[in-house]
Amino acid sequence: MQRCAVIGIGQTNYEAKRKDVSIPGLVREAAKRALDDAGLGWGDIDAVVLGKAPDTFEGVMMPALYLAGALGAVGKPMFRVHTAGSVGGSTSIAATHLVQAGRHKRVLTVAFEKQSESNAMWALSPRYPFQPPTTAGAGGYFAPLIRAYIKRTDAPEHIGWKVTLKDRLNALKNPLAHLRMPDISMEMIKASPLLWSPINYLETCPSSDGAVAMVLASEEVAAQAPNPPAWVWATAMRTEPVVFSGRDQVLPRAGRECAEALYAAAGITDPRREIDVAELYVPFSWYEPMWLENLGFAGPGEGWKMVDEGATELTGDMPINPSGGVMCTNPIGASGMIRFAEAALQVRGMAGEHQVEGAKVAMGHAYGGGSQFFSTWIVGAEPR
Amino acid sequence: MRDVAIVGFAQVPNLRRGGGRDGVEMVLEVANAVRTQTGLDKDEIGFTVSGSCDFLRGAPFAFVMALDGVGPFPPIAESHVEMDGAWALYEAWVRLQHGDIDTALVYCFGISSAGDLPDVMTMQLDPYTVAPLWPDAVSVAALQARALLDGGRYSERDMAEVASANRRRGQGNPYAHLTGDFDPEALLADPYLVAPLRRHDCPPISDGACAVILAAGDKAKACAERPAWIRGIDHRIDPHHLGSRDLTACASASLAAEAAGVGADKLDVVELHAPFTHQELILRDAMGIDADAVQLNPSGGALCANPIMVAGLTRLGEAAQRIMDGDADRAMAHATSGPALQQNLVCVMEGE
Repeated sequence: MQRCAVIGIGQTNYEAKRKDVSIPGLVREAAKRALDDAGLGWGDIDAVVLGKAPDTFEGVMMPALYLAGALGAVGKPMFRVHTAGSVGGSTSIAATHLVQAGRHKRVLTVAFEKQSESNAMWALSPRYPFQPPTTAGAGGYFAPLIRAYIKRTDAPEHIGWKVTLKDRLNALKNPLAHLRMPDISMEMIKASPLLWSPINYLETCPSSDGAVAMVLASEEVAAQAPNPPAWVWATAMRTEPVVFSGRDQVLPRAGRECAEALYAAAGITDPRREIDVAELYVPFSWYEPMWLENLGFAGPGEGWKMVDEGATELTGDMPINPSGGVMCTNPIGASGMIRFAEAALQVRGMAGEHQVEGAKVAMGHAYGGGSQFFSTWIVGAEPR
Repeated sequence: MRDVAIVGFAQVPNLRRGGGRDGVEMVLEVANAVRTQTGLDKDEIGFTVSGSCDFLRGAPFAFVMALDGVGPFPPIAESHVEMDGAWALYEAWVRLQHGDIDTALVYCFGISSAGDLPDVMTMQLDPYTVAPLWPDAVSVAALQARALLDGGRYSERDMAEVASANRRRGQGNPYAHLTGDFDPEALLADPYLVAPLRRHDCPPISDGACAVILAAGDKAKACAERPAWIRGIDHRIDPHHLGSRDLTACASASLAAEAAGVGADKLDVVELHAPFTHQELILRDAMGIDADAVQLNPSGGALCANPIMVAGLTRLGEAAQRIMDGDADRAMAHATSGPALQQNLVCVMEGE
């Protein structure tokens, strides 16, 4: 397997409504910034890999076709990944595979969502025959799982507020973040309306417009890159069915085994000690302690204690989501790739104000569907 | 690159309204069939990847429920593309190049008849300037056919002959949807559907699913007596807007065919994914296929069965099957996607 490095990252600024750009304008903005970071032009790219969440969001069927021109893919291979909410991660991995296989030397990968031109709440409330209805969007689906986690671990109610406060404070250090609330406080979070028990309004992710892009390169190309590369140490994906009797939907086996496979491939035995920073897909506050346990950063029932002790803050021993995370920026189809890209920014030392001091090894994580699709990667400042 | 081969292929009969079956039921059947053919257990599959489209179902996450058809527990390494299954196969082929796994399951399904398909396909077009005018898929194809006829190289009779030849060959394909012995002259007596296309120039609206197993190196030899070795595979895309490309040339098909090494040696079998008659004429020219020198579309092609998201991978499977059966030594298969042949994939396979 060939080595692969991230040599360019581009993100749009994230807002509720990017009325200044069309869908092609949005993806092109991110792609151009990634190319500039990599010191490359459109003509240098060998292939383009696009990801986004369901096409029913924007109402454009298979939009890779429509966006071929905007992303400079004409005459080249153009590929489209869709794995629900994990898609940004899976797309990054599909693009990485092209370099690791020796197929291409410079791959542009892009993920986007323009939620202002869509209705995710409607699109995420499908009714299928013989399936439990997932009414009231993603929050209605995940709130019962959060309640099950609280019941299982006896976690106190302020844990969700604490994660929210941390992520919203982190977002103030990220100039691209969508939700920036300078006067945020525990009292505000606690007083915000209850949406789906136990999730208060401020404990949820926003609906954002935005796109993110990365340039992935072979070792020989990375050696010429103007900015420091982030080396891909390992990737892993796991899937399990959405419904079956006895399934642990709170801490899914697919998530745990995805992390185990990832750490084994990256040579990591103690993730909390060996990983300097992680960007995890946390769309509702409580998913931070849940994923800390699912991914092996904490033992069973210990995830919420890590949050309570402040370990996941920017200055803690295991910073989680220094960018502000999905809680502050959520262009759904891009949210997973933003996690992967932010992890890479950290080990490149290019995260700006939300940089974790001395970060050398970082993890990106995304999940989707009914907590059933997982995609992860580990990137390092040095090749492995 | 590492030697990777198609070692198993299965499809369901292509039918309107799917014989009342949902995607998951069809996926279950084809996934079980290819595992039986190759003797691989579920836990021996290194990577699983599928192709499907939410718009056919009119609801998000069509692929999520279909996953039940492969039984992904204990959890599996899996991905999905919102593309024809032929591109899912490409992702699997790339993954097998890493060398750490030896097998991959690729499947796809399409319930094309759930909605009004020609209108559904309109949603592929530019959402700001073209889709609001609501040109349906048949009308878009008709524009392309008109451009081809205006070029003077082909006539409506040539198109009728394509329909007649494919539907005659399709009579030997038990999975085909629309076949028969049609006289080109008689076909030309029919009225236009959308000029210059007549009903015979258009594909049927088929529901279907298919699956392929890919295996590398010695594993391939263990899974099949005569694996269909992939010697070249590539895919390319043209500009989206109908006005910004030569609709009669299909540059992306030419590029993909060249990169896949189509012209390097003589071909025995060619399977083209040409849903409309005039598109076979365009593709033959774009990829340098001499219809008289090869066995063209022995399955009857997409004119006999056109399950959306499936018909492309079916071409790869049909061509591979000819090699696995010992009827061909070198075969080429093609898949297309997008309005008026915008995106094209080419795969060259050999028996030795």
